[in-house]
Amino acid sequence: MANLLEVIDLRTSFFTPSGEVKAVDGVSFTLNEGTVLGIVGESGSGKSVTAYSILQILTHPGRIVSGSVKFRGQELVGISENEMRKIRGNKISIIFQDPMTSLNPTFTIGNQLVETILLHTKRNKEQAQARAIEMLSLVGINEPERRLRQYAYELSGGMRQRVMIAMALACEPDILIADEPTTALDVTIQAQILELMTELQRKLGMAIILITHDLGVVAGMCDEVIVMYAGHLVERGKADDIFYEPAHEYTKGLMRSLPRIEDDGSEKLVPISGTPVDMLAVPPGCPFSPRCGSTMQICLTQRPEECAINDPHRHISACWLNVRNASEIIDVPGQMPIIKLGGKA
Amino acid sequence: MSAVNQRPLLEVKGLKQYFTINTGLFRSTQLKAVDGVSFHIDKGETLGMVGESGCGKTTVGRSLMHLYTPTAGEVLFDGQSVKPGASMQNFRRRAQMVFQDPYSSLNPRMTVGDIVAEPIDIHHLAKNKAERRDKVHELLSLVGLSSEQATRYAHEFSGGQRQRIGIARALASNPEFIVCDEPVSALDVSIQAQVINMLEELQQKLKLTYMFIAHDLSVVKHISNRIAVMYLGHIVELADAGELYRRPLHPYTQSLLSAVPQPDPKRARAQRRIILSGDVPSPLKIPSGCPFRTRCPKATKECAQALPPLEDHGNGHQVRCIHVDG
Repeated sequence: MANLLEVIDLRTSFFTPSGEVKAVDGVSFTLNEGTVLGIVGESGSGKSVTAYSILQILTHPGRIVSGSVKFRGQELVGISENEMRKIRGNKISIIFQDPMTSLNPTFTIGNQLVETILLHTKRNKEQAQARAIEMLSLVGINEPERRLRQYAYELSGGMRQRVMIAMALACEPDILIADEPTTALDVTIQAQILELMTELQRKLGMAIILITHDLGVVAGMCDEVIVMYAGHLVERGKADDIFYEPAHEYTKGLMRSLPRIEDDGSEKLVPISGTPVDMLAVPPGCPFSPRCGSTMQICLTQRPEECAINDPHRHISACWLNVRNASEIIDVPGQMPIIKLGGKA
Repeated sequence: MSAVNQRPLLEVKGLKQYFTINTGLFRSTQLKAVDGVSFHIDKGETLGMVGESGCGKTTVGRSLMHLYTPTAGEVLFDGQSVKPGASMQNFRRRAQMVFQDPYSSLNPRMTVGDIVAEPIDIHHLAKNKAERRDKVHELLSLVGLSSEQATRYAHEFSGGQRQRIGIARALASNPEFIVCDEPVSALDVSIQAQVINMLEELQQKLKLTYMFIAHDLSVVKHISNRIAVMYLGHIVELADAGELYRRPLHPYTQSLLSAVPQPDPKRARAQRRIILSGDVPSPLKIPSGCPFRTRCPKATKECAQALPPLEDHGNGHQVRCIHVDG
């Protein structure tokens, strides 16, 4: 599988009056063609800013400080706004959490959909109109011709999110970034939208970056998962690795703190102690160290390196505990070291 | 759970809450947010209330607390009818509320100490300043905050800490009953578990009775003894928490439970979701008969005729559906 998107050591900061907030602090990952990558983390962990940095839709005072984002080998950081426009909405598109505020209330649905299509493809107005109708029926909206003449306020939340998806997919992008696409929706509507996204992903074969705080949504949809904390990537791996063999203390804590529907309710939840990190004063070592139950001396002073667990490229974690517990550490020149954890090979 | 022959702490009978909505200059219509809801809560138990947005779960909570004046129906607290008048002050002391949004439910101009002390002041629970201060410190330590934090303002705290302040305020009048309206939905997962555990510990320690309103079914399942499922102003199913999850009888509950995203890839892959078509109808245009029939996979002609009664299917498992099998 080819690397569709490659993010290398991305750093994005917001320069606020009270200081620099390193919202994304050295994040690297690759996205393969046709896969679904989940990015999870709490509010303020930098998951959305990572997505906005890829698309370069950061608002003042935020900007990419350093790092590289390569789409099909083409460097996106530093290219002109004109060049970026050809990519945004065409090759890489995004849907947002709140479908009400991301649609323009003063234009009809049709207007906004047709505009996107005209901008990025060689279709004329009638063809664009036809394409808009085709897209609306693809996302399961009935009476698409009538809907085209309606405004956002006339549609329900689930319907608006369907319109957003239609708009995002109208130009057949290679990557769809979905930023908390179902957070504002009810459970039964959320199920509809997730089902639709899975179905469209299979049909159209695009890659999806799914940003969410809901580990349930991630488990159901993603092939690979990135866990972020305080702007750092703390763990990355196949969905099964993350859920069944989490290697980072934060991920382990998250899994323990979730109430599960199959439990009989008598077990106590195990919360992560402490409060979320203050992004203006991130600890110098591991950002999770103040809340971690197994903090060591080194965690307070030195930022943990990303290491591969057992296999290269499959499961990556940045936690000093893994280094301590390793039965063997293999240094690979030019790449991250591989940690063999005892018992498992 | 509860002892037999014991009077329930709270009893709600045929509660209705209509709101008048202006639809034009001289026209108005009734929004039936809660349309005839009856249930009881025993001493020391937690009743969970679930449903999607607009189903009326929050309105039930607010209206039984008489934050709104109910359109019809009766609320009995400890055997006494809750009515406007002299007894209201006493009811308000014994029944308290924790709100969803830890940002807008705390006054930004008041110190945390004053916020927590407000019920103490209103109900004259402290004889002098020293006692008031001691009570505030005691309450703060009860919810895991330090007494030095009493002089700070709400904006200096994180979401989870603010929710703790809201809980301390609710506890200030030594209540027996607390309505928790989505107390953890605005919080991050890791903080959510802290607050849920704290609510459970406080319930044990102070012998509290909860009504826990939420849309997250996993959370409600975890904390509740019994659960009521609401849809468009009606309770459609009410049962023991375990029973409801093992044997949901109403088609709405069945689809709701099947759609809960499970944080477990293998389970998620094996999950057979019952996907409902369409959206929840507007509460201004509630369908005739069973309100769920427009989205129900089992709906027949009879469903449109009359609202099905809430029938007991054994062990207090109540269901409002005419197509219950087994």
